[in-house]
Formats: sequence, C-alpha cells, structure tokens
Amino acid sequence: MTAPAEAAVFDPGAAAARATDAILRDTLHGAARGVVVDSPPGAGKSTLVVRAALELAAAGRPLMVVAQTNAQVDDLVLRLAEQNPDLPVGRLHSSDSDPYDKALDALDNVRTSAKAADLAGLGVVLSTAAKWAHVKGVEPWEHAIVDEAYQMRSDALLAVANLFQRALFVGDPGQLDPFSIVGGEQWAGLSYDPSASAVSTLLAHNPDLPQHRLPVSWRLPASAAPLVSDAFYPYTPFRSGTDHGDRTLSFGVPSDGSGPDRVIDEAAASGWGLLELPARHTPRTDPEAVRAVATVVRRLLDRGGAATSERSPDPVPLTAGRIAVGTAHRDQAAAVRAALAELGVADVTVDTANRLQGREYDVTVVLHPLSGRPDATAFHLETGRLCVLASRHRHACVVVCRAGVGELLDDYPSTEPVQLGTLVKFPDGWEANHAVLAHLAEHRVAWRP
Amino acid sequence: MSLIATLARLEAVSTGRAQPAATVRHRHLSARPLVFVPLTTAGEAGAPLGALVGTDRDAPKLLAVPQPRDRDLRFAFLSELADVVLPYVDGFADAVEAAERAETDPETGKRIKVEVELCADAPQLIVPSRAGIDLVRLLGRSMRFRRTAEQDPEAPFPAPPRVPLLGRWLTHFGERARVPGSSLLLATTDVLSRHWATGQSTLEDQHLGALLAWIDPPEGRLGAEAAQEAELARDADGQLLCPPAGPATDPAFDNKLLAPAIERYDRARTALAAAEDGLEADDRLGALTAAEREIRALVESRTRPTWDAVWRGLDLLRELPEGARVEERWTRDRWSFTSHRDRVLAGEPPQPRRDDAVTAANKLAVREREQARLEAQEALDDPLVMAGRRLAGEAFAGEVVDVVMAYSDSKRPSPRPLVTVRTDDGPHLGERARVYRSLGGKPQAAEFVGREDGPGGDGGETLLVLRILDKMGRGKEPEAGSVPEKGDRVCFTLFEHEPRGGAKLPDPEETPWTHGGPPGEEAVPEAADPVTEEDLL
Repeated sequence: MTAPAEAAVFDPGAAAARATDAILRDTLHGAARGVVVDSPPGAGKSTLVVRAALELAAAGRPLMVVAQTNAQVDDLVLRLAEQNPDLPVGRLHSSDSDPYDKALDALDNVRTSAKAADLAGLGVVLSTAAKWAHVKGVEPWEHAIVDEAYQMRSDALLAVANLFQRALFVGDPGQLDPFSIVGGEQWAGLSYDPSASAVSTLLAHNPDLPQHRLPVSWRLPASAAPLVSDAFYPYTPFRSGTDHGDRTLSFGVPSDGSGPDRVIDEAAASGWGLLELPARHTPRTDPEAVRAVATVVRRLLDRGGAATSERSPDPVPLTAGRIAVGTAHRDQAAAVRAALAELGVADVTVDTANRLQGREYDVTVVLHPLSGRPDATAFHLETGRLCVLASRHRHACVVVCRAGVGELLDDYPSTEPVQLGTLVKFPDGWEANHAVLAHLAEHRVAWRP
Repeated sequence: MSLIATLARLEAVSTGRAQPAATVRHRHLSARPLVFVPLTTAGEAGAPLGALVGTDRDAPKLLAVPQPRDRDLRFAFLSELADVVLPYVDGFADAVEAAERAETDPETGKRIKVEVELCADAPQLIVPSRAGIDLVRLLGRSMRFRRTAEQDPEAPFPAPPRVPLLGRWLTHFGERARVPGSSLLLATTDVLSRHWATGQSTLEDQHLGALLAWIDPPEGRLGAEAAQEAELARDADGQLLCPPAGPATDPAFDNKLLAPAIERYDRARTALAAAEDGLEADDRLGALTAAEREIRALVESRTRPTWDAVWRGLDLLRELPEGARVEERWTRDRWSFTSHRDRVLAGEPPQPRRDDAVTAANKLAVREREQARLEAQEALDDPLVMAGRRLAGEAFAGEVVDVVMAYSDSKRPSPRPLVTVRTDDGPHLGERARVYRSLGGKPQAAEFVGREDGPGGDGGETLLVLRILDKMGRGKEPEAGSVPEKGDRVCFTLFEHEPRGGAKLPDPEETPWTHGGPPGEEAVPEAADPVTEEDLL
C-alpha cells in the first residue's frame, strides 16, 4: 500500500528527467522515423532541443535543425555554443541584409553562410524552415530536429521533409495554430491539408510514431500552471516545477491606492490580476485601456519591484527587460508602445501574441483580446491566442479588460462550421475564455480611469 | 473590417447612398462576358431548375427543367447549357499570340525560355452571387467524371456527348475563382461590394437587389428604404417583387407557384403515357407542352429580374476606369485559360476529385502570393485604397523636406541618400523597417532611420528620415530621377509591392514520408459518383 503515498509526493525534477530520457532513447535508438514531443509552455523545450542536438552530434549523426523564425535559430545556435563551444555548428541564413544575430560572428566554431554547400560536413546545421526549403540537390541529413512543429504549416514541412531521413518534432500544441491569409476549406479534412500544422499531417500519415509529453512547466508559477493546464490542456495536464512560496514578487514603494497599484499588489500576491474598466464598446486601440496598460507598466517600474525565485537566493530587481505587454493586434501593440513612450518607459517588450510565442518574462501585462469588442470572432476566440498571452510569465500576469466580456461570450457561442475528417480541437476558444475569465474574476480590481 | 470601410459604411447610412470604396475598377470586365443566372431546386443539392444564360443582354437563352428530379431532363438541361457555354469558351481558344515561358530543361536542369502560345483573350463567366460560384463548382464536379456512350458503351446512364467537357470547364472556372484577383468567374455581388460600401452588413450585401438599391437607389429614395423593399416587398399573391438572385429560390415561390406547376406537369406526363390512341395522345401532348411552358414562364419570371440586375451592375462597374495593374492580372487569367485549353486538347483526364499533397500546397502558395499581390496592387492603383492603408498605419504619404547625400560603408561606396519626409500619417514603423515606393512601376526600397516630431508637436505632423537603398543605378552618383527631391510628394508603403514566391516544392512523385509518400499512379480514370436509389425516381 505504498502507491498512494508515492503519488502524493510529486518530484518535478525526476518526472521531467524520466520524460527526457525516454525521448532521447527513442530519438537515438528507436526504430521509428519520427518522434513527437508535446511541450506545454516553459517546459524546457529549448533545453530538450539543445540536449538532443548535442547527443546526436556526439553520436556522429549529421543533424539539421529546422526552426520557424530567425530569432529562434539564432537563440538555438547561441545555446549550443554555450553548452559545447567546441562543436562545429553551421548557421544557414538568407541573403537579405542582417540575416542573423551579429553575436554569432564572435563564436569561433560557428560558420555562417547563405549556401548549404559551404556548411557541408559540420556536425549541426541550423536554419529556418523557409530557408531550408530552398536547399536542393544535397545528400539528405541522417537526422533532423524540427522545433515549434505545431506552429509550422504542413506545406512548409512538405518543402523540407526530403532533406532528412528521421526527425524529432518538438512543439507546443496549445499555442497559436499556423494560419493562412487565404481560405483553405477546400482541403479541410484531407490528411495533408496544406494549411494545417505539420504535426497533424505527420501523425495522420504515421499514426504509430512514438509521442511524448514534457510533464513539468518550469516557467509558470504554481499559481498559473493549474489554470493554464485546466483551461488549455485539459486532457494532457502538466504541473508547475516550483511550489507556492518558491517565488515572490515584492515592491519597495507602497501602493498609492489607485487601480493600477491595487491590481499590481493583487497580482504580486496571487499571480493574477484583472484590472476591469467600465463596460463600453470601443475601437480596437481603446485609448483608455491602452493608457491603463501603460500606467500599470509605469507603476511596476516606479515601485521598485523585486522578484525572488529558485534561480537565485537574492531578490532580482524587476527591470523593463523582464516585463512584456501582450496584445491581439499589431495596431494595439503600436498604440501601447506610443503610450509607454509618452510615460517615458523604454525597453519594455510590446508585441502581439504571435510574436510573443516562445518568450518568457517575469511579469506580463495583457490587453484582453475581447476587451471593448461588440463581437467575438474566431480570431479573437482562438484558444492559442489567449494561451500564449496567459503563459509568458514567471511571477505574475495582469490582464486589462473592459467589463462585459462574459456576456459577450454568451452572445457569441462558437459557430465555426465543422468539417468532415478534421480533428475538432478541444477545448474550444469559447470554453477556454470562460475558464480564464472565471479565474480572473477572483482577482478583479474595478477601476474608472 | 478596416477603419476606412467602417467610416464609409457610416457615411452611407447617414447619406442614404453607398459610398465609393474604390476610384478605379479593380477587376477585369470582358467586352463580351457570358452571364449565367441559375436556379436550383430546394431540397436537392445541385439539381438545376433552370437558368438564363448568354452574352446578349436583350436575348438571354432560357433553360428550364420541368421535373428537376428526372435525370433525363437534367441531362437535357446540361446538354443545352453545354451548347451555349462551350461554343463561347471555344471562341477564345484559337486567337493566340506568341509568348515566352520559363521552363526547366529536362536534360540540363537549367531554366530556359520556351516559345508558347498564349490566348489573346479569355472567356469570362459572370454569376449573380457567391452561391452561384459554388453552384458552378458543384455542376462541374457532378459532370466531369460522367462517361458518354461513346467513351463507355457499358455506362448505365451515359451522359450527352459534351456534358463531361462542360464539367471540366466549369471546374476550371470554379477553381480559378478561388485565386484572389482572378476574373475568369466573377460574382456580381462580390465585385460590386468591392467597389462600393453600403450602409448594411456584408452579409446583407450578398443580396444583389438590396446592394444595387444602395448603390443606385431610385430617384428621390434613400438606399436603406430601397434595400429593405428589395428584400421584403411582396405582391398581392405573397411573391417577392425582387426575387432572390439564386440559385436558391424563395420558399413562397416554391410552395405557391412552382410545386403546383410541377404537379400539373407530372399529371400531364402520366396522362400522356396512359393515352390509348393517337388522338388522345395529341390532346394530352398539348396539355403537357402547356404545363412545360408554364414552368418555363415561372423560371423566366424569377431569373429575368436578376439577369437585368447583373447587367445593371456591370454597367455601373464599367463607369469606373480600369485600374492600371488589372490588365496584368488578367494576363494571368489568360495563362490559366490557355493551360487548361492545352490540357483538354492533349486528352488529359479530368481534374481529380482531390488534390494530392503537392498540388494542394502549390495551390495554397499561389493563392497566398496572389492575395498579397492583389492587396498591394489595389493600393498602388487607387488613392482611396491607399488612404485606407495609410489610415491603418501600413503606408504614409508626405512631402520631402530634406535630402542629404550619404554613401554605404563598403569598398565601392554606393549612394544611400537620407530623405526626410513630413507626413500627417501615423505609420507603424519598427526599427530599421523596410518601406517601398513605386518608381516607374518598380518598387524602390528604403530603410526607416528615425523620426522627429514636427514643428506642430503633439504628434500631428511627423518628420520621418528614410535611407534610400536601391534603384539608383550602378554609378557613384544616383541616376537622375531616382532619388526624391525636396518638395516632391511621395508615398511609401510598409508592405512589399511584388511578393516573393516561396521555394519550389518537390514533384508529386517525390512526396516525402511525412505526407504519405508518392500518391501512386492512377491506373483507371476516376469513376463518376455511384448511382444511388435517390437518383432513380
């Protein structure tokens, strides 16, 4: 009768290590041509990619790495060089100006080129899917690692899949699905629907591939992991690597009693804060909401925040570089940037959900995608969008929103047509939005700017 | 919906008239389009009830199916349709001009220029609404796999000779209509609502009568009133004064007029079959003909108003001058037409039911590129569209207030002049963002260097500093006219003018394992849909 006692004590480190070992075993010694790894936010996906790359290189297997953006590729190159400075690494880049991070030039064992032939013979070659697609007439690589595979479109995988024999696919199924600027309903339900994600095509044609899951989020605090897991990963739950009390956020300057200060204190104490503005239909760049977002950021900086976590024994100051603002639309991000500039704030990252994917901050301030809207379209309801925005933080997340989103959701149940042969995604955005909203309601600070 | 479109709709509401959403026409209109106004039978997908079709607005050809569930009558309808559509399509096949196309030489693998034929003009099909485009696709799908008695003497229900070919052409038109900016098959409501913003929702804009009521209301009436009347007004018998543009019909018409007429036709037909002698048969044939004539009249009464509305819509569109880059896009339609003509001539099988993985990915890539190209070209062709992009922060226009010559750092310094533009627009320019302007029809790129607030302060006017990057020739000094001068009005966009195509995909025979491997050879041609019990009444 020891089993219940064992289950009660969850050792996140051991659970993560077991998962990683199984993944590496299948990748290095398994018979399957592909291995798929689902990774929830902040579960050590990049660490896994770097480790798998090093082990494959150590085993003498020529390896190509496919990532989706240049920033992701550069980041992986830097991490590889940090882990093993002696490993010869190739960075294949485009022929545009400034194709890669200049920091790569300082690394002795990193060779950069716009031609794949120049990089032949190097243990690991990394590039974006778009650049790999132009590589023709070369000997296929024995192994590939495809990073952010759920954000890669099926047609992008089609363009590069002949370059490798076997591959490890790593990604986060809960983030934003790839999209197309034109309709692809014509192919909905086909196993190789070009606008679907690379992983769905891969698994439709190769259902027997081993699939693994990283079980622990090291980024999300204990206050956030259960909500994100329940709302966005109901069938593949994960845990936080840290416990309540492992991380704290404190401020040197006490609250002045204003809405922004109260919501900051609420978020510091509980991990979540909802700054609720009066209900109103507004244009996308709602000036009051934008100003509220900027004010919260300004106050976060002014109040001398300090973050304590498992990473270091001493509190680390909460600087502009550790704060991010997330929005749904680019014009909203631009409006927030302008408002921050007016308040004299620089160096805070302000971007859309699409561009914040894969990034990590101590505190995030989110303009709710449905705030002030008269309708809820599929774009604004997309599960992945809210998931990205709600899962970038290590300590706390403040959501700024107009009142009335709950009623709006009830007025607009999802009505997307169901296509034969496609996997219906669970949970749908409507349900996920309600789950998050219900949780945020417990941390609500009403404010009239 | 963009901000400018919302504003235009508000203005339409307050003025009672649709507002222009474009100053030029962004779609090609053929001098001799084939207008096709189809109706279908309720309750049975794709069963045609009738149509008006033709190129002469005063003399449309009326086709009707007196009993839409009778497959012989349906085939007769399709056969008659083929007799109108195919000669029209064929009329464009023979006039060709010489053109060049880049192809990969099978021996050397190099890209070479090949002399090919390009049809000098192409057919254009116009339907009233988007649902009409779907019907064209459905008809194509239902016909192209049919076998004629000549092709397959064993076929249980052989199709009339030209019907499968009509199916292939309609499929081609339907598939081409999915390419943004193409004009081989157009829906009148789509084209009209591209050029005018009404005071109703985009869903309501799909009602051709209501849309025209907003754009061109009767003398002294408001658009909203006229549109509501077009949607709802009924005569004493409860029939809509402005019948829906189809292909679906109004239920009141189905129940009160069509169903009884079809029943009379059925009874007359049964009676004729039961006739016992020649004299009786003659009488009953007369009754059958009368019943059929009645149904034809009903079909004409519901399609003729739509037919006239489509031509009126075309008249309105023709009043707009054609956009400068419309011709270029039409040339791509001509290529599309020419290549399908060649496939038909070469005896290739009909388009498969489902695209293989590579074809699907290629089509998606083409459509995404065409969408980006269309958005850029419409803005470049039309100051009103560009105004919308400027309002959205995706472009800016202004006056050049300063030009400072500068050079690149390389060994052979090239000109990289710094141009300061004063603008009232608020573009969303990121650090070192690329911007483009049209210089003699070609895009010239510049890099955003920095901004200063203009003399007004408070964000109204901004000074933007740009570094011009290309199109200045090879010399040390930029070619004349290639750099804007002080006092010039310039307009830069944040989007590219000529979107780049993606990488070439593998051939279908090389489909990778991730996508199921090569599709394999089609040994037998795809069969038509199996005949089910519902087909045999």
